[in-house]
Amino acid sequence: MSAITATDVSMVFKTRGGRVHAIDRVTLEIPDAHFACIVGASGCGKSTLLNVMGGLVRPTSGSVQLDGRQIHGPGTDRGMVFQSYTLFPWLRVRENVEFGPKLKGMPKDERRRISRPLLEEMGLAEFARAYPKELSGGMKQRVAIARALANDPKVLLMDEPFGALDALTRAAAQRFLTEIWEQHRRTIAFVTHDIDEAIFLGDTVFVMTPRPGRLREVIPVDIPRPRTLDALGTQRFGELKRQILELIVEHENRALPQATNGA
Amino acid sequence: MIPPSSTRSSKPEGAPAPVTSAAKRPPATAGAPRWYSRYLAAKEPIPRALSLPLGLASFGLVIGIWALLAYTRVAPALGFPNLHNPFFLPSPGTVAKTLYNMFAHEGFAHDVWASTRRIGLGFLISAAIGIPLGIAIGSFRVVQAFFEPIIAAVRYMPASAFIPLLIIWFGIYEKEKIAVIFIGVFFPLTLLIADVSANIPKELLNIAYTLGASRWQVFWRVLLPASWPGVLDNMRIGIGWAWTYLIVAELVAASTGIGHVILSASRFLQTDKIIAGIITIGILGLLTDALFRWAYWLLFPYSDRVSR
Repeated sequence: MSAITATDVSMVFKTRGGRVHAIDRVTLEIPDAHFACIVGASGCGKSTLLNVMGGLVRPTSGSVQLDGRQIHGPGTDRGMVFQSYTLFPWLRVRENVEFGPKLKGMPKDERRRISRPLLEEMGLAEFARAYPKELSGGMKQRVAIARALANDPKVLLMDEPFGALDALTRAAAQRFLTEIWEQHRRTIAFVTHDIDEAIFLGDTVFVMTPRPGRLREVIPVDIPRPRTLDALGTQRFGELKRQILELIVEHENRALPQATNGA
Repeated sequence: MIPPSSTRSSKPEGAPAPVTSAAKRPPATAGAPRWYSRYLAAKEPIPRALSLPLGLASFGLVIGIWALLAYTRVAPALGFPNLHNPFFLPSPGTVAKTLYNMFAHEGFAHDVWASTRRIGLGFLISAAIGIPLGIAIGSFRVVQAFFEPIIAAVRYMPASAFIPLLIIWFGIYEKEKIAVIFIGVFFPLTLLIADVSANIPKELLNIAYTLGASRWQVFWRVLLPASWPGVLDNMRIGIGWAWTYLIVAELVAASTGIGHVILSASRFLQTDKIIAGIITIGILGLLTDALFRWAYWLLFPYSDRVSR
């Protein structure tokens, strides 16, 4: 049982132009083994929220609980994957995956017992001794996911992990991630600005709107799993997409005239 | 699984480009690019087989111009009669002979060694203090706030201006030379190294924290290894400065060293010796540079810049 909860989280940045509410009193709960996607336009605070959940950023107010216990700072119970390629370039693929276990002082055989199946699962077994520079973008992100999973985290926090990939690689990576999730059943918080991606992957889509960054709506995705490419063409998929898009567009329309007057 | 078609980004520098065949091939279609057009496109890679001859050709060009001035009457015709006087500009052949004589009969190797040793010591001391200090400045704001202003200020004081003081403090022998190199190299090198570690992406550190690293581990296992390639790069730049300041120091006061040889040659208008000395410095510089490149290749096989 691993649920992650954000309670009344606010994040205020002081800038020269005044105080900016990156996140304004966001409360959300992601139940155990749940795949939650957080979507919104840029500037809605979705990445900041994820960093708060990861413990990398301390919120101005509010708190984050993992299984009911408040988190203070980053920890191995929450693995993270970022959009930019964050593999350590001086470590080989296997060493990257074993980075977390090695920090714990785990001996070599034990580390191998963790990294080998993960690399096989990611289709990277033959690249175990390659350096990150030898990998494509999609492969790098698979290594990053394997590296996060190697610590056996309770929750996986992913910040637009496929954002830098081209459309085809990205689609493959999404299918791949659903397979991984169906096997590991980790609780996942997945931030994206791609609505299709959010619906295809998520059990729930949290829609956020910017200025100030607020949680606008929680939309359960009732498309049955396992989801295949066929899911993309269904009527239900279209309806959900329209619903989410409307929430975002409606907010933009409302916010734009104000923004031009106000600024 | 992601299909293998999307693996591996292309590496243009490895592409074997058939130079000669392309050069001989007649234009296939009307309006086809001429064979040389690809070498005129900005940032396009060129075949490796071409870069070495091109590099040698640049030396050939300089020596060619030199030979032209020395052996023909071009210089007086252009209005520079001094450049056609063997006392003022000796020919390449004379300089080559002089250089040989200097090594064979005048113990020049001893001077080269004296200079190299000073460089080595001065640079090693600068690097031994500058690298850790630079990394600390780039990594910890407290250290930065304390050291950066003073180092930035001293950096603007020319090392050569310190020479009179350094002679008074350290005498005219080795200590003074090493001190000049240290002042010339340490301050700018430290700031460059600080920049290297300051520019390590924050996300690389953050990901290490989420993987369970302590602050200490983040420093030792992420920040340091991520900094090394940049550190070596800047050491390569720094050793170039060391040569400059060494010669300055040796020109002012020395009884051995390449700079000393150049200075005494100038007293007797032995321009061939001056040029031979300068060329020796150039060759030593090239060798050091090659040494650093080789070390980079050896130490950082994972770098994007290393292809093997």
